[in-house]
Formats: sequence, C-alpha cells, structure tokens
Amino acid sequence: MNKIIAGATVQVNEEGYLTDFPQWNKEIGTALALEADINMTPRHWEVIDYLQGEFKNESPLSIRKIGKSGVVDIKEFYQLFPMAPLKTASKIAGIPKPASCI
Amino acid sequence: MKRLIILGAGTAGTMMANHLHNHLKREDWEIDIIDEREEHHYQPGYLFLPFDIYKPEDITKPIRDFIPHGVNLINDQIDKIVPKEQYVSMVNGDRLHYDLLIIATGAKIAPEETEGMLGEEWQKSVFDFYSFEGSLALRNKLRDWKGGKLVVHITEMPIKCPVAPIEFAFLADSFFKNKHMRDKVEITYVTPLSGAFTKPKATTALQHLLDEKHIHIESDFAIESIDNENKTIIDYGGRVIPFDLLVTVPTNKGDELIARSGMGDDLNFIPTNKATLQSKNYQNIFVLGDATDIAASKAGSVAHFEAEILTDNILRYIAGEPLKEEFDGHANCFVETGNGKALLIDFNYTHEPVEGSFPLPGIGPLRLLKESRMNHMGKLAFRWIYWNMLLKGTHIPFVSTAMQEAGKDFA
Repeated sequence: MNKIIAGATVQVNEEGYLTDFPQWNKEIGTALALEADINMTPRHWEVIDYLQGEFKNESPLSIRKIGKSGVVDIKEFYQLFPMAPLKTASKIAGIPKPASCI
Repeated sequence: MKRLIILGAGTAGTMMANHLHNHLKREDWEIDIIDEREEHHYQPGYLFLPFDIYKPEDITKPIRDFIPHGVNLINDQIDKIVPKEQYVSMVNGDRLHYDLLIIATGAKIAPEETEGMLGEEWQKSVFDFYSFEGSLALRNKLRDWKGGKLVVHITEMPIKCPVAPIEFAFLADSFFKNKHMRDKVEITYVTPLSGAFTKPKATTALQHLLDEKHIHIESDFAIESIDNENKTIIDYGGRVIPFDLLVTVPTNKGDELIARSGMGDDLNFIPTNKATLQSKNYQNIFVLGDATDIAASKAGSVAHFEAEILTDNILRYIAGEPLKEEFDGHANCFVETGNGKALLIDFNYTHEPVEGSFPLPGIGPLRLLKESRMNHMGKLAFRWIYWNMLLKGTHIPFVSTAMQEAGKDFA
C-alpha cells in the first residue's frame, strides 16, 4: 500500500515498514520517528546508518548483534528507541522488520 | 578406502549414520560417528519430565542401540576440527583424517550468557527445562511447590523447539488445575518476540489459548539480568517482572568445539547453505540439525527432513554431480496445549502454519492449527516413532520431506 510521509509517496506494508528502501530519505526517517514519539539526534542517526549498512550487506540483525557492534550498547539502544528498539529503529531506517528467528 | 566422519550422535547424526550405512559401499567407505556421551536423550521428553508425565527412563537409551553394525562409534571427546587439513583432532591427541565430514553437534543452553542466571537462585527458584538435569531438578521443585508467581521465559532467539516454552506454560496450567491449586498460581509468559510465536497465524491461535487459560503475556522483553535477591528479571528498557519460580530458556549456542575450530558465528552456529546443507566455507563439510545457522526451526522434525535431503546430496557429492537445492525449511511440530489436547503445525521457509489436515490432504486424521485429542495422541505416539523409526532412518508413511500444499488453507 502507499503512504504519504514527509510529502513523499512511499510503499509500506501493513505494519508500516517501507517495502522499497531506495524510496527512503532522511526527512521520511524523521517523520517516521515522530510517529513513534522519537526526536532524532545525531546519535540516533549513527545507529540508523549502522542498521542500513548491515541491511545493504544482507547481514541479519539481532539485539545481540547490535550489542556487539561497537556502535551502541544495548542499554543505550533502548534509551534511544524505547520499548522494542530493533523494530522501531528498523522502521525509521526504512528497512524490513527484522526476521525473528523461527 | 575413504572415510566419512559424523560429529555428534544425537537425532541428526544418528539418522545420517543409518541413512548412509544403507547407501555407501563398505569396501569404499569407512563411516565413523563420534560422541562423548553414552546415552541418547529423547529431547522432546524434557518438556514432560517436570510434570511427571514421563520418567527419566522413558527418554534415555544407549546411543549404541541406534548405530548400525558396520558404523564405527567412537565414544570420546572432540577437541576441534581442522578443516583446511581435513582432520578432527581429539582431546586424547588422536588426529582423525576425513574425506567427508558431517557436523551434527547440536545446540545447548548457555545460562552464563545472562547476568545473574547462574546466581544463588539457580536450581532453587530459577530453572531451565532444556537440559536433562534442569528438567529433573524442576520436576523435584514442582512436586511440592506451594504456588505463587510462575514466570515462563525465553532469553533470546534462536532456541531449540521454539514452541516448547509456550507448551510448558499450557502444561503448567493443566498441572496446577489437576492439583487443585491453579488459583494459587499466577502464570506469566515472557518473550523477546512481539507475540506468542514467530509466525502471525499461529500467534493468533496461541494468543487465544493463552487468554482462555489466564496466562498473562509480556512481549518484546529483552532480558538484561536476573536479580537473585529480589527475585525479578529486568530488561534493557528497565521493565521489571517479579517471580517466585522462574522457568527460563537460556540463550542457546552451538557446541564450544565449533568456536575452537573457528567455524561458527557469535553463537557458534555454522554458516550453511539453506537449500543444500553444505557448509558455506568448505565443500567437503555438510551440516544439519541444530548446529546450522539456517533460518529453519531447531527441531527434530527439521533434522529428519534435512537428513533425507542431505543423504541424496552426499551421494551426489561423492558422484561429482551438482547438489540438489531442495531443503525448504520444512518443520512439523505438535504443540501440547494441556488437558490432553494438542495442536499441530506444519510450515517451511515461505509458508507459515495454516489450518488444514495432515498428513493426508482433506482426511487427516490430524488437524492443523486446531486443538484436538487426536493431535495429543499423535504427540505421545511420536515417542515410539522416534525410538523405533525416526532414528533408524525408516521412512514415516505419508509424511513427505518437502512440505505439501494440498489440503491446507493458504489464505
């Protein structure tokens, strides 16, 4: 389905995750963050950059992996993106919801 | 004479020994299987042991009974694999050269990964049921527990048998009902996932059952530590959940020998091609069961389906033919729901569990994603099938390796 975010039309799935990463830009990220009551700071963007980099490398993400990334520790990750940080941050980053292992 | 070595004589390794023994000529191939243990455990039984449904002797048998004559069982400790030089190094100093290696070393709990888990309360009010010892200790605790807050908890994914924790919660509900003390027990199910299961349709069905049984769920909970003094679990976001009895599934990791061999990811799982089961790094190494990093369930049924495909691929590899990219992630699991009933779920990489009939399309007799007594009988009968057919590599009638789509309601 289509959704208008920050003046741009983007494709999202039923949970609101972008389905076409090239449509993402920083304004869209900022708007998606506001929907989750998060005001983006440079620190937030560092984490988002890391997530997008991993996504581009097709490297699956997990809380454990982020804790060992050297970019942010898990405690701070939760402070930046409260409640379900990996899901929230992935949505802001315009990448798919992390596949929870089966 | 060439040599094929299988590491691990659990569910996956034992099935491979039986399959390959039937297919490889004895004059061409020596087959060895190595395991440091002498007993084979029926791991699904760990779920039933705490509730006195199974006894220890129901779920343990000698490994030797399941290894065919002609396959050499080596009961000893492995130090590491040296893949570049094609040998397995044993703790006793032996070097075992191989032409083909199958790794089936499984996964096990790593409670040391969570701060406070192995503290004062370990096996006093903090238990696991993913090990024989843990499950037995929990049985003894439950026999005279007087009630209070029972918290059933998953530390992080992936874990073996992802449905077992919720089954534990369901069985606990019926256990306490039968003991006429359900009103004295508050059950909370705590998971790092966003809901009761990893797949949306099964989550809806399981959530309904949780509500019906008055089991409270706390989702998206990523544990940071256990506070032994105050008996609480705390997550990275600062959420605190109190317990009187914590039944936790600790982090699951692949065997330490994989780390010593430098062959695993940060949880010691081995990078494996998800369709062929060949190691991504070494052509003459194949991996199956819980030891792989593939996104299929870590479950005996998965190992069973993998073993059939891997047997074909090993024969193809030996013949110099291209490997079949056939493994579809097929899993088939009974989910005990308590009170003598069970659900059955059937899924793979691309299809989530749906409703329908199994194994015969339109007939069953088992119903997918619906609670029934027949499904429960199926789960109990499975222990017999496991010991008498599955481990020996006997094909189970009507159950196909690739998931069938007929008779299922894909919406």
